[in-house]
Amino acid sequence: MTEPLLRVRDLKTYFVTERGSGTARAVDGVSFDLFPGETLGLVGESGCGKTVTALSLLRLIPEPPGHILPGSTIELEGRNVLALAPRELRAVRGAEIALVFQEPMTSLNPVFTVGDQIAEVGIVHQGLSRRAARARAIELLRLVGMPDPETRVDDYPHQLSGGMRQRVMIAMALVCHPKVLIADEPTTALDVTIQAQILELLKRLQAELGMAVILVTHDLGIVAGTADRVLVMYAGQVMEAARTVDLFAQPLHPYTEGLLASVPRLDAQRTRLHSIPGQVPAATAWPGGCRFHPRCPYAWDKCAVEEPPLAGTGTHVARCWLVQEPERRTARA
Amino acid sequence: MNIRAFAALCGALACALLALTETRKFASMSAAGRRFLRHPPAAGGLFVLSFFVAVAVAAPWVAPYDPAHALEIVSLQNQPPSLLHPLGTDLYSRDVWSRLVYGARVSLSIGALAMLVAVTLGAVVGAVAGYARRWVDPLLMRAVDVGLAIPRIFLLLMAIALWERVPLPLLVLLIGLTGWFGTSRLVRAEVLSLRERDFVLAARALGAGRRRIILRHVLPNVAAPIIVSAALGIGNVMLLEAGLSFLGIGVPPPLPSWGNMIADGAAHLTTAPWTTLFPGLAIALVVMALNAVGDALRDALDPRKEMA
Repeated sequence: MTEPLLRVRDLKTYFVTERGSGTARAVDGVSFDLFPGETLGLVGESGCGKTVTALSLLRLIPEPPGHILPGSTIELEGRNVLALAPRELRAVRGAEIALVFQEPMTSLNPVFTVGDQIAEVGIVHQGLSRRAARARAIELLRLVGMPDPETRVDDYPHQLSGGMRQRVMIAMALVCHPKVLIADEPTTALDVTIQAQILELLKRLQAELGMAVILVTHDLGIVAGTADRVLVMYAGQVMEAARTVDLFAQPLHPYTEGLLASVPRLDAQRTRLHSIPGQVPAATAWPGGCRFHPRCPYAWDKCAVEEPPLAGTGTHVARCWLVQEPERRTARA
Repeated sequence: MNIRAFAALCGALACALLALTETRKFASMSAAGRRFLRHPPAAGGLFVLSFFVAVAVAAPWVAPYDPAHALEIVSLQNQPPSLLHPLGTDLYSRDVWSRLVYGARVSLSIGALAMLVAVTLGAVVGAVAGYARRWVDPLLMRAVDVGLAIPRIFLLLMAIALWERVPLPLLVLLIGLTGWFGTSRLVRAEVLSLRERDFVLAARALGAGRRRIILRHVLPNVAAPIIVSAALGIGNVMLLEAGLSFLGIGVPPPLPSWGNMIADGAAHLTTAPWTTLFPGLAIALVVMALNAVGDALRDALDPRKEMA
């Protein structure tokens, strides 16, 4: 097996809340590997720690109130990202690991042309001249499928549509050929046809440039179409990790099951859409035992007391007692 | 007053009119420019300002006499306005019009330069305080509170008392150094809200450093309020300069400024009112013009109106 590009072990990002009333354990012991060239889906409901995980990888958590706990490890090709000096960290950001944000409407600076903003990345990281950086910006706009890049390069963000702005954001992320591209809900703010275009674009770029992609999303449909492997997150923890095909064929965790059942399908009989009862608890007070047990249809007394470990076979693991006692699933159903 | 001076004056008027029509043409092309033109006083203010700037630039041609030269010590003291001396002469038999013209140079440039110093300093301090937060912000802002709590004129009096005769650049610097407190508060407030915007996080994610983010990403977004506060501030600085000169510690004579012209003529207010009236009018006109332009700019540059 090849060496992982990015190795995350026991990542814990906590936030100290106002008035010291508690600690929000937004990310609580997340571990995963990212291999060169693969797409990893990071799935979960709002408030389960997906975005904080993504931001933690680049140490973009606002400090205070947030902090990454000392025991955590984030290694990029063997270098510990958490131990980098500010200058080294800035050299990683945008050049080796790049981030595409959820909101293309607000993630671009309104007072600069998009060309200037793409060019800036090249000027900062590669010391390009103004002219060379501009040429690179046009080249990248063409790469991300912007129509008429020579004139669009001088447009201001408010002159572009949402989809085009997201293309600009992706172009900014690609300036330095990053090894890892983190896309944090890249399509959430866009309408469906544009979503498909942007995902198609990401896939094409990944194939052309050979980067690894972490795709953060709450939409399992997107994951099914793009990711090679999936991490299902809940309450700051990884609940299930599997190759995409295995996950969809046979989800191990009841939470994944619930998520899959909540996706509207065209090929099934029309019934009421399933929903997981309740909502994600506050990050300051995760439930004891298994964090999903208050919402779990299979939960029994053990679940409320003892936290299950990630267990399973090889590439498919889940944090659930059902893995050890599969007979309980059928008993209930 | 001779033909040459009259022609130059007409030229200055023409320049001002030209500047006004050109600005109108330019402004009507953008939404912000049209909002600016919707203020009727703004056009008048712009005209007054460009007229005085033109006069100040062309002072050697517009002024018929040397502003510091006493023409005829005995017969020309405090003469009322006449054809030869359109605004009269002062106690030292100097031509008031010529002094007013050269005074425009001094007064306007002090106003503009001191404001430049103040705005630059205020913007930097405000941006640093707003972006850094932690202990830097309270430290800087309490310093600003102290600065605002002490009346500016006393601060200046204390500073100026250290020198026997204040050179002009120092005066500009001192006025600038005591005038940045308000601007820094304004900028800090804007920066506090801007730093939470997504594009700042995006810039950090792409590897931009602190200084780059403040200078390239945050400050340009505060340009509108800075410009407005500068336009309104110049008028204030000019009044301050006039006040200091009136107290005899501003612009050193015989160099004419509008403030020290009023000071010179004050003793003869009843017998020779023209020596104080005209520089006073000039100050009032320019300050009103600056306020009108500043107000119009405030409306024009407000980004919230961009959507409407």
